[in-house]
Amino acid sequence: MAKLHISATVNGEPTEFLCEPDETMLDVLRGPLGLTGSKEGCGSGDCGACSITLDGRLVCSCLMLAAEAEGADIRTIEGMAEGDTLHPLQRKFLEMAALQCGICTPGMLVAAKALLDRNPDPSESEVRYWLAGNLCRCTGYDKIVRAVLETAAEMREAVR
Amino acid sequence: MSGSAADGVPASPLSYLDRPNSYIGRSVARPNARRLLAGQGQYVGDIVLARMLHVAFYRSPHAHARIGRIDVAAAAASREVVWVVTGADILGICKPWVGVLGHLKGMKSAPQPALALDRVFAQGEPIVAVVARSQAAAEDAVQKIAVDFEALPPLTEPEAALAEGAPVLHPELGDNLAFERRIEVGAVDAAFAAAAAVVEDTFDFARQTGVTLEPRGIVADYRAADGRLTLYQSSQAPHMMRALMARQFGLPESDIRVVAPDIGGSFGIKIHCYPDEMATVALAILLKRPVKFVADRLESFVSDIHARGHRVRGRMAVDAEGRILAFVADALTGVGPYSAYPRTSAVEANQVINLIGGPYVFPAYRARARVAFQNKVVMSQYRAVGHPIACTVTEALIDRAAAALGLDPAEMRRRNLIKDDAYPVTSAVGLKFEGLSHHRALAKMLEMMDYEALRAEQAALRARGIHRGIGLASFIEITNPSPAFYGAGGAPIAAQDGCAIRLDPEGGLTLQASVGEQGQGTETVLAQIAASVFDVPLARVRVVTGDTDTTPQGGDNWASRAAGIAGEATLQATKALKANVLEIAGALLQMPPARLDIRDGKVVEAASGAARFDLAEIARMVYFRTDALPEGVKPELMATRHYVPRGYPFAFTNGVQASYLEVDTATGAVTLLKHWVVEDCGTVINPLLVAEQLRGGIVQGIGGALYEECVYDEQGQMQNANMADYLVPMAAEMPDIEIGHVAGTPTAESELGAKGTGEAGVAAAPAAVLNAVNDALRPFAARVTAQPMTPECILRALGKLPSRRGAAGPAFG
Repeated sequence: MAKLHISATVNGEPTEFLCEPDETMLDVLRGPLGLTGSKEGCGSGDCGACSITLDGRLVCSCLMLAAEAEGADIRTIEGMAEGDTLHPLQRKFLEMAALQCGICTPGMLVAAKALLDRNPDPSESEVRYWLAGNLCRCTGYDKIVRAVLETAAEMREAVR
Repeated sequence: MSGSAADGVPASPLSYLDRPNSYIGRSVARPNARRLLAGQGQYVGDIVLARMLHVAFYRSPHAHARIGRIDVAAAAASREVVWVVTGADILGICKPWVGVLGHLKGMKSAPQPALALDRVFAQGEPIVAVVARSQAAAEDAVQKIAVDFEALPPLTEPEAALAEGAPVLHPELGDNLAFERRIEVGAVDAAFAAAAAVVEDTFDFARQTGVTLEPRGIVADYRAADGRLTLYQSSQAPHMMRALMARQFGLPESDIRVVAPDIGGSFGIKIHCYPDEMATVALAILLKRPVKFVADRLESFVSDIHARGHRVRGRMAVDAEGRILAFVADALTGVGPYSAYPRTSAVEANQVINLIGGPYVFPAYRARARVAFQNKVVMSQYRAVGHPIACTVTEALIDRAAAALGLDPAEMRRRNLIKDDAYPVTSAVGLKFEGLSHHRALAKMLEMMDYEALRAEQAALRARGIHRGIGLASFIEITNPSPAFYGAGGAPIAAQDGCAIRLDPEGGLTLQASVGEQGQGTETVLAQIAASVFDVPLARVRVVTGDTDTTPQGGDNWASRAAGIAGEATLQATKALKANVLEIAGALLQMPPARLDIRDGKVVEAASGAARFDLAEIARMVYFRTDALPEGVKPELMATRHYVPRGYPFAFTNGVQASYLEVDTATGAVTLLKHWVVEDCGTVINPLLVAEQLRGGIVQGIGGALYEECVYDEQGQMQNANMADYLVPMAAEMPDIEIGHVAGTPTAESELGAKGTGEAGVAAAPAAVLNAVNDALRPFAARVTAQPMTPECILRALGKLPSRRGAAGPAFG
């Protein structure tokens, strides 16, 4: 099978890569692009560890073909901090111990950011249900939910 | 252990734990978490080495079968495939192993091969390994392997496995009984004869598994040039693994390095030796190239160890005042075809009968635990080994006895919990408790949850047809195990831990510890201890763990032991280093070291606080200007100490959990409204991290209580071996979890006084939830005695669905 040549924007950078037609976006991110922050927890779209945004839409990169990235704007955990400055969600997760082993954290953060991008004032239920596709086996979610709510409040305060 | 004077450190009115700049007891964030938040963690799956190959396994589709012809021709001819290997090919270098321990008397198991030889005994057992240049190619080639099987009848239920005349899985063992233990203490029959009430139930605990979000993985790198084997392994126990690999492959331990990089969840799953990982190491040695294996999710479900899977018949006798007279317990479990290596598959059952009745005073106890071989995935130890089973049996019987006598469940506990001023106590079973705080914890819990108000709310809602339940569960938790355990049983598993700490040229501290980090915050708490004892800002302490080449020999992470044992080693090592630094400073200043101290990163005069040296100045003098040091001053800016608890077999912790929930009696659905925990883990080093251990543990416990089950059919096939069908707790269903503290009971064995806290959450959450469900069902005279308490299970208990054999609940074992 001939490889496909794909041009996309990844974390704001124009990016080209070659992929097999049956390769997933996750495999390409973790392989040729060296962006290993996205994790494979299940390969079936059930755990959310591979969450990225595709043109602003939250997707499981394990369920997306790499070829679908043609012309798209892809954002991963690696694009979340600005240089050394952590995104407010990352800072809050650190401060509140909303992570333990860290394997779910990239997906959790990408998903949480996607929520706040469209809903800057979510209720606790909205946070819990939005993140219901992201498995965390360590924390019990309590601090994650609280960290997202507190970040949302701070970000609303900041734009006021 | 203490002996400040002997170490030359000035006596201080304050202990190291409560000096002004102490980090002990402070909620500091984990410095090492920044990397993980940025997506820059390095887990085994992220590791790529030059010339690295990938291995994938052909696994048995049968629970029990004889292996006939294995056709690997098509696989071997596949694109990018390097080698296709069957059991016989690696037998020469990788002999089968046996998972027994000497101190578990009478325990037996059969030799377990890395790749099955002539028979397979469980679904998922690896049979053929395919090594290829990419993981995808290896996986594709596995699909082309054809194996002729002669299916054999599977032995799935433990009762059937132990029945008279049952076929014996491993004929050389004589029968299918892996282990049996009996306990008989006091006049049990007399206690039951004299009882005012006797309660009895049979409890079923479904098989669960750990579902670490990062699957198991290993990169094995054997360099023929220097004969060194390096393993990058997603493991809780690199030191243990190094010793086991040396035994397994006949290499000197010094030629093996095990690196545990970032670990994406472990929970006991990553502390065992797995056939696929052993095979990967064998292949790397034979191929003399790095070989990587990372399990995919589907194979994780049928190759990671399973746990729980118990049926326990429990009876309790009480007098008219509600005092417990005796417990009787009969525990049966099926653990798959082999006992796991090296910690065995008998410890969970053994713990169950050790821990039943643990928080209470009772004079008589009879118990039996039986462990059977069967054709399912191997079971072994998962977080809080045995605890949730013992706790659920005990706490459910306590609630039933309370109901039988018309006592409030809280009052029933008050009458039976070991008194707070009774310690030290040796229980009827022989558990030695140095100090616990059951009554303080219960009082705190009732206050925190506003028990009376909650009862009133429950009654008011019940009148309106809303069925809420309140469940209490007191518990004990095993932490800080002493050497009387695995080492005594013959396994190379240390009970001691070591810490080496040095003053760096710029005045910071580097600490190398024999325990590791899987996200619980081990590195942070060790840094807090070192920073407090040495009195430097936390940011100047760097902690190195997870590499057998660069850390002292020690016991790794299991049984909630890192903070208590490695924490004390860190404390003592830091004291020793501080004494060295003050001795050097004293020689330079021509002052007795006792008149000097270190405060906030500077050597000061103890009396006045006047700064005399920056630590960097001392370090630079010692490392680079040794010529300027006074005669006789030793340039020792590194100190190492090891610690092992010896006085008590374990440092038990205690606490109580409570659950408030609502049962929809039409659908059987349970909605968790709130969960509380009060725990006493001795000295709390970092309240934030203790709280998160508790919360995470509680949610894993809730998973077992309500959702998680490895569902098997009669053919020994796991029916839900994927993440869509095996339910784990997700954010939407979990309750708020409130945490309370009591004046604790630090262990006096160590200067630090810390006990563990990693398993307390899992230990009692299922019992609290089960008692709350049964409390909600009380008006219906219905009760549930099986977990997971699925809607189906609850509807059966309510008589709205036909009941299955015995107690309502899942297939067992």
